[in-house]
Amino acid sequence: MAVLKVKFTKTRRDKLAQILWILNWISVVTGVILFSLGLFLKVELKKREELMAEKDIQYVPNMLIAVGLIACIINFLGGKICYDCVDSTKFLRWKLIMLPYIVCTFFFTLCVLVGALMCYSMHWELEEALNLGLMQAMRFYKDTDMPGRCFLKHTVDTLQIQFQCCGNSGYKDWFQIQWISNRYLDMSKKEVIDRLRSNVEGKYLMDGVPFSCCNIDSPRPCIQQQITNNSAHFNYEHQTEDQNLWMKGCRQALLEYYTHIMQSIGLTVLITWLFELSVLTGVRYLQTSLENMLRQGDPDSESDGWLLENSFMETARTNLSIIKSLGKSNQINTANNGDPNIDVPSTSKAHYGPDNVPPKEKMETS
Amino acid sequence: MALLKMKFSQQRRVRLAQGLWLLSWLAVMCGAFIFCLGVYLKIELLRRDEVMEDTDIHAVPNLLMLVGLASIGANWVASRVCQDSLDASRFPRWKVLLLGWYAVAVLLCCLLLAVVVLSYALQGRLEESLKVGLRNGIRFYKDTDVPGRCFQKETIDRLQMEFRCCGNNNFKDWFEIQWVSNRYLDFTSQEVKDRIRSNVDGRYLLDGVPFSCCNPASPRPCLQNQLTDSRAHYNYEYQSEELNLYSRGCRQALTDYYMGLMNSTGPGVLSVILIQLSVLLSMRYLQTAVDGAMALESPEGESEGYILEKDVKATYAEVKAKALDLLKFAQVDPASEVAGAEEGEKAAEASAKAATTAA
Repeated sequence: MAVLKVKFTKTRRDKLAQILWILNWISVVTGVILFSLGLFLKVELKKREELMAEKDIQYVPNMLIAVGLIACIINFLGGKICYDCVDSTKFLRWKLIMLPYIVCTFFFTLCVLVGALMCYSMHWELEEALNLGLMQAMRFYKDTDMPGRCFLKHTVDTLQIQFQCCGNSGYKDWFQIQWISNRYLDMSKKEVIDRLRSNVEGKYLMDGVPFSCCNIDSPRPCIQQQITNNSAHFNYEHQTEDQNLWMKGCRQALLEYYTHIMQSIGLTVLITWLFELSVLTGVRYLQTSLENMLRQGDPDSESDGWLLENSFMETARTNLSIIKSLGKSNQINTANNGDPNIDVPSTSKAHYGPDNVPPKEKMETS
Repeated sequence: MALLKMKFSQQRRVRLAQGLWLLSWLAVMCGAFIFCLGVYLKIELLRRDEVMEDTDIHAVPNLLMLVGLASIGANWVASRVCQDSLDASRFPRWKVLLLGWYAVAVLLCCLLLAVVVLSYALQGRLEESLKVGLRNGIRFYKDTDVPGRCFQKETIDRLQMEFRCCGNNNFKDWFEIQWVSNRYLDFTSQEVKDRIRSNVDGRYLLDGVPFSCCNPASPRPCLQNQLTDSRAHYNYEYQSEELNLYSRGCRQALTDYYMGLMNSTGPGVLSVILIQLSVLLSMRYLQTAVDGAMALESPEGESEGYILEKDVKATYAEVKAKALDLLKFAQVDPASEVAGAEEGEKAAEASAKAATTAA
């Protein structure tokens, strides 16, 4: 019992081939789009790689790039095949390749689906990478004289200004690290020495934040120092003040940004997957209907097209037995003591004629 | 002696018409490009409207938009003329229009040249406008509670951070105005009272700048207050410190930005002028060649195309004579009228005499 059998007249077959040719070319374009989306994501992740810890998140854009390229190649080949399928003589060229092509494309569409799902699953790994990366970056904010870390201050400042965020989870993260380098601390002053002695690790901690945390929309000039001290500033209440600094943490801001990108890309990849699947279905119908037409022998006749010749279970069983017999061909055949030269009479009912056919009389040459 | 005469066989005429059709569509695209350029420039100028005092500089984008639209129209007409040029029945109706078309095309080229000249000439006006606008912006920085000025702080802060500049000429402009609102000053504090008394206008002046002047590329956390006091900060020298704040003034930064924009459009505008001129010349050749071909006995034969029928001096003299004639025709000359009336009578008498003698 064939799966989803459809009758195809000659005109319907030709129409199907033409439509599939166009659809394959559209798929090439979508493959290019996938490739460029992967490239875009790769560039965006690379731009902020200083703020991300060493987690392997580059596999997502790499996968998208690979899938895009393979999609272009497969659909280009598909376009060529469908173009030739209109003419039944040209179809014979592709007859043997079509089934492997369809199987490969089916597995490829699975890869596309996996790629789409990966876009959504990257969220958690990205969050961890950002958490660790931002913590490190803030810790090394003051080390502008150390080679390899001297640009972290600039990176963190521009990040906080651009994404309108402050610190890792909030602005209080800056209270817990020393972000002023010892080079700019007057060690002879009592106040400095008191602060250094006030904590175990000898860090100069203060309730102040860098200038890049300042909120542009605040009606009042920015308060950066002594943030928790209400009496240090006129008409200021630390608990109710929310317009002075950026309230959002940079981890959340970056995560929102990347999640937005990933969701758009994931949606595009899903749509591409559906499109590829429909093109594949069309190609399968075309292949089966053309093969049936060849079996009937008449190029203008009606033929059936289906997805699978037998039901799903039977096809699975036959394929499994083929795979098993492939495995068996490596084993030694012990039926005739392993001697391949013994003539085993044929048991088929077909009559292939006498075994000794006299040679044809030679034509007399003139 | 015709100017730049060329011979045109039928095939060459056809080729010329086809080439000119393509060229005129290219010129339409160029017109659209000029229009979009004008729109882009106008938007960029409008974005910073709040720090500009007057709108003289808007003449450049306005002119660009006008020329772009006119160029699209004129070159579309040129393409229609090309389509009809090889059809002897349809071409004559365009003849009257063509003289006007030449005038419009020359005018467009002149206007584009004027745009290029204006963009350099108006630089001084732009700087003046920015100077006054920025001065007001900085003065009203603290007035975040006054309706109509409440966004000045945000505008100036964004401007300074985006263009990496501080103040009007430099950061010292902030020392001369009060940029901290009285709402946030503790008037019971002695320090505040001293500062307010220390100058004539009773303003709270300090040698500090807003946070938006801070340079993120500085290796040291930003110093915003007591900038002129080298002892107030450890390891700090006011005169030699140049990375702490942005050293450029915002007027300079904005002027450079806009001049850069207009300079980069210069080559584009010049190439559009060239394309328009080539459309103009090719149209003249096509017109004269097709006219010549229609006047021939066999329309498929060779004809001549030229730019001017006679050389430049003779054409100029002819045009001058025509213009003077038109002027004379418009004048009412009483003396010549009377003389004309007398002459008319004499001529009538003479013809009457001739009639009687003939009879």
